Amino acid sequence: MHELSICRSIAEVALRYAEGRPVGAVAVRVGAFRQVVPTTLVHCWELATATTPLEGSALLVEAVPAVVACRGCGVKTQLAEPVPCCGRCGSVDVLIVQGEELLVASLELQEV
Amino acid sequence: MGRFHTHADGTVHTHADGTVQRNAGVGDHSGYQTGPLRVEVLKSILSENDRMAEANAADFARSAVRVVNLMSSPGAGKTTLLAAVLGRIGEAHRVGVLEGDIETSLDADRLDGLGAQVALVNTSAGFGGECHLDATMVRSALRCLDLEALDLVIIENVGNLVCPAEFALGETAKAMVYAVTEGEEKPRKYPVMFRAVELVVVNKIDLLEHLEFDLDLFLANLDAVNPSVRTILASAKTGEGLDELCRWLLGPR
Repeated sequence: MHELSICRSIAEVALRYAEGRPVGAVAVRVGAFRQVVPTTLVHCWELATATTPLEGSALLVEAVPAVVACRGCGVKTQLAEPVPCCGRCGSVDVLIVQGEELLVASLELQEV
Repeated sequence: MGRFHTHADGTVHTHADGTVQRNAGVGDHSGYQTGPLRVEVLKSILSENDRMAEANAADFARSAVRVVNLMSSPGAGKTTLLAAVLGRIGEAHRVGVLEGDIETSLDADRLDGLGAQVALVNTSAGFGGECHLDATMVRSALRCLDLEALDLVIIENVGNLVCPAEFALGETAKAMVYAVTEGEEKPRKYPVMFRAVELVVVNKIDLLEHLEFDLDLFLANLDAVNPSVRTILASAKTGEGLDELCRWLLGPR
């Protein structure tokens, strides 16, 4: 259950970038290699932002699929489970192309 | 569609006003991509933690102390293993322990009197009791240790296979304790943790003969998620593997 502390970190970043302006929504990107559950994150967002300037803002979670590139055969594979291995030759000598993201992408400010 | 919903593109969110759409497009939020009110951030969510972890790492480097972040699920035997390790190296080497525990000082009490400086990091001050240590908690607990007088600090993280793997503490190395009673499939279920570490201590190896545990299958699963990891077969009870573990903990001299 680290979604709650991740929400607090998101809120810190969002408030810093909002510079006092009212925030309507915060967009985050979460890679599939991160053990963060998007629905739990959204649920925790309400708890973490209650009684803060971000209360009532929406959290938009973009789930980024895990993709690896094989160092042997060069094929890129989108993974169904977070075990990095090549979908064609089965090699585990792969490079993670995406899926490790955990970032605040943007803020949507409210019209005042 | 309710306040809490999933879009076809995989995004999930609530809308503050309870409506589904405030921008153009049918739930794909293309409207968020442009528009004057959108502020680009692209900032790592854990950047604040990472910044604090770097400050910790700088302090460790200045004091020339090696810091090992030791993680495991609850009950894998971290504290018992640590007590056995301290029994071997606690007097001859200058060792400190940062003990992460959600509510109690029970684990820290068990390590008392073994020659090490022990500092308790009680995580209950967090948001209802944290399931992991973060760099800030470690930083505040470091005040209780005299780093200059230490060669090795072992951070005993909160027992949990998910959360601790996400939070850098500024450590020199990450290791985990895994018990053979946990089942062979754990590396595939918790790949973030098993991929994050340099060392897996396969603990309670003395129980092997009583279990239907397939060690080779476990090692194959581990290899699938972390091909370069080192493993030490150990038992805090019989002492197997403990000398090797002590050498690894003390690190390159």
